[in-house]
Amino acid sequence: MSEATERRRPIAALEWVGERSTHAFEEIGRFFTMLYLTLYWSVRPPFDLRQWVRQMVRVGVDSIPVVGLTAMFTGMVMALQTYRGFERFHAESFVASVVSLSLTRELAPVLAALMIAGRIGSSLAAELGTMRVTEQIDALSAMAVEPVQYLVVPRVAATTLMLPPLVALADGIGIAGGFAVAVGLMDANPVVYWEKTFQFLDLNDVFSGLIKAGVFGLILSVTGCSKGYHTTGGAEGVGRSTTAAVVMASLVILLSDFFLTKILF
Amino acid sequence: MMESPTSAVRTPTAEMPPKIAVIDLWKSFQGKEVLRGISLDIHAGESLVIVGGSGAGKSVFLKHLIGLIRPDRGHVIVDGEDLACADTGVCLAIRRKFGMSFQEGALFDSMNVFDNIAFPLRRHTRMSPGDIAARVRECLALVHLDGVEHKWVNELSGGMRRRVGFARAIALAPEILLFDEPNTGLDPITAAAIDRVIVEMRDNLPVTMVTITHDMKSAQRIADRIAMIRSGQILAVAPPAEFLRLSDRYIQSFLAGEPYPDNHEEVA
Repeated sequence: MSEATERRRPIAALEWVGERSTHAFEEIGRFFTMLYLTLYWSVRPPFDLRQWVRQMVRVGVDSIPVVGLTAMFTGMVMALQTYRGFERFHAESFVASVVSLSLTRELAPVLAALMIAGRIGSSLAAELGTMRVTEQIDALSAMAVEPVQYLVVPRVAATTLMLPPLVALADGIGIAGGFAVAVGLMDANPVVYWEKTFQFLDLNDVFSGLIKAGVFGLILSVTGCSKGYHTTGGAEGVGRSTTAAVVMASLVILLSDFFLTKILF
Repeated sequence: MMESPTSAVRTPTAEMPPKIAVIDLWKSFQGKEVLRGISLDIHAGESLVIVGGSGAGKSVFLKHLIGLIRPDRGHVIVDGEDLACADTGVCLAIRRKFGMSFQEGALFDSMNVFDNIAFPLRRHTRMSPGDIAARVRECLALVHLDGVEHKWVNELSGGMRRRVGFARAIALAPEILLFDEPNTGLDPITAAAIDRVIVEMRDNLPVTMVTITHDMKSAQRIADRIAMIRSGQILAVAPPAEFLRLSDRYIQSFLAGEPYPDNHEEVA
């Protein structure tokens, strides 16, 4: 290897680091710019209620099966696992409390958000990305319609507003799943199990889970919209944006989960 | 710049201020200069066609006219208001003077043809549903389309999409119409039909039109004046007949459809 190549190597590495950092900062900047623009345009008329309702149905109602199934099986597995563990030191009576607390505080919001990131975050990025590369977003601007207001605001609002009720539903379904497994498979006493479910459960546990859900909804929808809105490079670009939206949203959800838990509990 | 003092504009507007004045427009993307100091006056009521090779900066220039792209330097003045300096609210107000037709139509594929054309009307006017329906039919008739209101965008052919795009662009009766490559990728017969629609709009509507194309035949049919952009600069502006006689080698190669020895744009 020549001396010149040897000398260039550290410079290339630095360039790589620089490029990556610039890219990361660019992404963060785009996210917060999109968040700011969304908030800015969400309080300005015209308010497109029909769009809001349509998006709320898409995010909320249409996601009930996937979120419900996720929550049910999580509750069932939770009951199964904790029962097997707690059985070893005769603490089976606490299974119900563990299931209800972990579901409401942590599992339901995070898992529902991750499922919605896959289902809605990706479709937001793909939809807006396709609109970008086929100039539909430019066409909106050309018609004196602010694209962020018309496209992004209803989508972000719908996701942020619909995630808490979805998570509330997931809480209920998850607890019911745990109940079914404990009572049906492990012969737990249904009355005692039901009582223990709510014995240590605070209203605060449920609410903090719902607040988390709202924040996750905001994060995943802004990420999806921002990725889609800034798509370049045709069909391949749309694919890239869609993948990046899901990966980024999932990571940020898990990251912010830690800090939210620290703040809320 | 080779501009004729007696340019064949349909309405004599020489003494009037230009509808759109572009002054020293510069724009670069990732270090590559796309527009390099373009200055051009577009008069009220005229049909200006901008021609140029691929990558010459035509589309970028057109998007500057309506404020979809902000220049690095320079001004776009529409009816005395500077679009480049305007804030978002003013920008949206100025844009309402424009109607723009995009290369592939850029129709909203989540809506049918009727809703596409009705979209700007519903958004910007308080017209009743009956009036909107009447206006949509009127716009479709202007582009010679009947009975397609309830078709979805993916059911339309390329030429029909462009025409629906035209209909949507004229729905709000704009003062300025912009066409981005209206007949690129169409067969010659459909392209000629599209040109005919544009010429009819030019003759029947009180609009200023700016069209970009690389099709010289089409440019001659539509234009009152033709401007040639090359490497982000205006090479020449002249009425069609005069434009054909220009002696510039690049223009002659362009007209004859011959390769030009030093053409960097294609490579870029």
